[in-house]
Amino acid sequence: MQVKLTVNGETNTFKIQPGETLLETLRAAGYTGVKCGCEAGDCGACLVLLNDLPVNSCQVLTAAIADEAVTTIEGLSRDSLANLIQQELVAAGGVQCGFCTPGIVVSATALLRANPHPNRAEIQQALASHLCRCTGYVKIIEGIQNVARRL
Amino acid sequence: MEEKPLKKPQESKSVKKTITAQKAPEFTYKPFQLQQFSCVGKSVLKIDGISLARGRALFTDDFQIPQVHYVKFLYSPHAHARILKIDTSGAEKIPGVVDIIHCFNSPQTLHTTAGQGYPEPSPYDTMMFNSTVRFIGDKVAAVLARTPQIADKALKLIKVEYELLPPLFDFEKAYEPGAPQLHPEPGKGYLAGMTYKPEENTCALVEINCGNFEAGIKMSDYTFDETFYTHYASHAMLEPHAVLSYLDEQDRLVIISSTQVPFHARRICAMILGIPERRIRVIKPRIGGGFGCKQEVFLEYYAAYFTLRTGLPAKIVLTRREVFRSTRYRHPMRLHLRVGTKPDGTLQAIWIDALMNNGAYGTHGLTVLSNAGSKVLPLVNKAPHQRFTGRTVYTNLPIAGAYRGYGATQGYFALNQMFDIIADRLNLDVVELFRKNAIRRGETSPIFEKLGEGKAGSRQDIESCGLPDCIEVGLKEIDWYAKRRKRLTDGTRVRGVGMACMMQGSGIPRVDMGSAYMKMNEDGSINLQVGATDLGTGSDTILAQIAAETLMVPIEDIIVKSSDTDFTPFDVGAYASSTTFVSGCAVLRCAQQIREQILGVAAEILREPAESLQMAQKTVRGKARALTFREICQYALYTENQFQIQASSSYVSPVSPPPFSAHFVEVEVDRATGDVRVIKYIAAVDCGTPINPRLVEGQVEGAIVNGISWTLIEEFRFDEKGAQLNTDFGRYKLFTAADIPEIKTILIPTYEPNGPYGAKSVSEVAMNGPAPAIANAIYDAIGIRFRALPITAEKVFQTLKTQSTR
Ligand code: FES
Ligand code: FES
Repeated sequence: MQVKLTVNGETNTFKIQPGETLLETLRAAGYTGVKCGCEAGDCGACLVLLNDLPVNSCQVLTAAIADEAVTTIEGLSRDSLANLIQQELVAAGGVQCGFCTPGIVVSATALLRANPHPNRAEIQQALASHLCRCTGYVKIIEGIQNVARRL
Repeated sequence: MEEKPLKKPQESKSVKKTITAQKAPEFTYKPFQLQQFSCVGKSVLKIDGISLARGRALFTDDFQIPQVHYVKFLYSPHAHARILKIDTSGAEKIPGVVDIIHCFNSPQTLHTTAGQGYPEPSPYDTMMFNSTVRFIGDKVAAVLARTPQIADKALKLIKVEYELLPPLFDFEKAYEPGAPQLHPEPGKGYLAGMTYKPEENTCALVEINCGNFEAGIKMSDYTFDETFYTHYASHAMLEPHAVLSYLDEQDRLVIISSTQVPFHARRICAMILGIPERRIRVIKPRIGGGFGCKQEVFLEYYAAYFTLRTGLPAKIVLTRREVFRSTRYRHPMRLHLRVGTKPDGTLQAIWIDALMNNGAYGTHGLTVLSNAGSKVLPLVNKAPHQRFTGRTVYTNLPIAGAYRGYGATQGYFALNQMFDIIADRLNLDVVELFRKNAIRRGETSPIFEKLGEGKAGSRQDIESCGLPDCIEVGLKEIDWYAKRRKRLTDGTRVRGVGMACMMQGSGIPRVDMGSAYMKMNEDGSINLQVGATDLGTGSDTILAQIAAETLMVPIEDIIVKSSDTDFTPFDVGAYASSTTFVSGCAVLRCAQQIREQILGVAAEILREPAESLQMAQKTVRGKARALTFREICQYALYTENQFQIQASSSYVSPVSPPPFSAHFVEVEVDRATGDVRVIKYIAAVDCGTPINPRLVEGQVEGAIVNGISWTLIEEFRFDEKGAQLNTDFGRYKLFTAADIPEIKTILIPTYEPNGPYGAKSVSEVAMNGPAPAIANAIYDAIGIRFRALPITAEKVFQTLKTQSTR
């Protein structure tokens, strides 16, 4: 079947299988910055913005979101806030293997758009749906705090 | 451990009250002044950081090639069974199914999946498909199909006839007579002939004696006997294992793999597939964490075999459930400790006896076991009489393998609690006990020499040791004397503090080899090619820093390519905390040669002796004038006596300088719920010169949170048939950002003369602290000692309940 979606501002038709998740559709279409860590909504590696709200793309059926707008990490790489987050995460040492990072950048972008000056607890809460096994989160939180300081 | 203790101090009924409060000694720490470098010691940005953060860096599953087909596995539903028949006829009929392999049509080559040097110190006891399955999750068959969905469908139609065999789950009973035997087939064992006793389900046995333990115990005033248990755990790296294999235009097999050991993967695949190494190229792209779980070669050959059979590209991407059921985990251990001391707490004798559960196959069974002694006993070198004995057994449970900390984590859980127990009974400050017994600079331990990785070790003196400083700084930071034995209480919640000391190594001495190749380009930039494997740790960046420092160029001028068996020189890979130290030394030596060559060319141009020339900021200054690196390289490439400025170097170290660390933790235990909350965690770490302090801190913090999570909430749950029940992150919880305490990493710089610019390793050592430090802090808070991991809220609650009803 076919579904029309706007991904990163570009509207296209995607050929999908029944039951296909947005994560599968995006990765098959080359948006491989969207990562798959669990396919169960538990890790946040696949996070994208759906109509500007963060969702785990592994938990969304592509067929169910026809004509809606999706922003992936690739799309955010043209967003100045996301760029700042990326820089500060790297500068803080919050990127190790980087497998969790795209999802975290998406989350942090959504958080800081809504609340440019979150306190530490708010950052921790916003990140609680992500798993990162490398960093222990310390430097990820620090990186986001540094962004907030610059806003 | 059958002997009776001579004198055992009476357990006092109210230990807490009788113990005199310990006074804080004066704080005298003055940090060692690090040598000033231009690039080393700076937190330069991780060179792949931005591309990772943008989602542009490619991981194995991100490579998309036409015609790719997908591999799915059929796993054994039985913990122990013989396969009598496999009928694939129904599955083959499904359109899109290309090939099916299993034990009756694939190479039956015994090997070990351990990604170790050759000959591996792990027993050859497994095959691509074994005709006897030994745990729920053992591979029975694999399907290659056009889509993963078709492959999954085919799996359901494969009919397997099993003859059930009695399973063995209790590792403490594994070597008893009458226990079901897991590996009775002849021909299994070690290439290098280490002890292997399949009739006792035993895949490794170790016994090391230094001094005379029995005599030492007899001379001791006090003896202590304790038993500790550590549990299974998943590495839970975020990227599930992935492999992509295909034939290139010359019909060579290319394997892209999320591996920590590309060169070992090439060797093992060549052996299993029966083709020479020259036909195989292994590429490690970006990899999403490993922690030891990817120091195993257990997927590459399936994809490769399909590709060889069909000519088609084959891709394997494990699901999280498969990662939980069929990959590798931390080895569970039982540790008996028997210690004799003088009245002042000086150790006279110590014996660690370890029993380790390797699960179905023996990968890393000997070396992880050995590390529970070899990385632990040297820390307490004041005991003149030391013994280490150990046995690793098979069970019909998931396969254990390398996991950050590698046996030392298990050993330190026991040792640090033992120290806490001794201090408590002898009414000493545990910190004092460590000060008395811990190894110092200029000292050695006979264990270094006697106990190695599958063979004798390597003698070494400790040439850098910041442990006393780590202890002092940590004490102050946690405010030890204000909190220890105070049981600060708020309603049902009680606080306590605990500590732990630890060390690790830096590579495997006289075994691990790393190498580097460099060449210079016209603009003065340098290609650096290393076999070393960056699995997210930042080793590409660190090696670039070492090169940049030596050649006095900005880090941007070092172009790093790593881990491609066609284009980078050999390296054992990322394990045993080796990369910074071993591969780092290779890079340093290689860069020194490049430096000589640059100076040589400059000397030729300037007609001045090379010794009188100065190198700085991409120029070489002589008496007459200065030459830029561009001028020098252009001269070498185009003008006179042309040659490529290039060099290669290998390094293998005779020693493995340990990084040291002291951890201090404050916890709060809720007596009503059993909930244990870590409030504050301090890790003071001596890793020599921190090449990149931010990346060092990142290694430490990552290990700490992994360790806390393992201690408090991570636990494999099995049903009575041996199936792991919690195979997703919903039920196997990890710590998230919302759960972490205040964590402070303090780097205590020392200078390790054997390391590149004074550096030692740091990736594993911090893993050894959280479990014992937390257990000790819980004891400090509520007077209950947890000798078995994990220490879940449920367990604490139950223990408190039984205690109060007693
Ligand atoms: S892959 Fe979607 S949440 Fe883990
Ligand atoms: S950086 Fe590796 S999982 Fe977060």
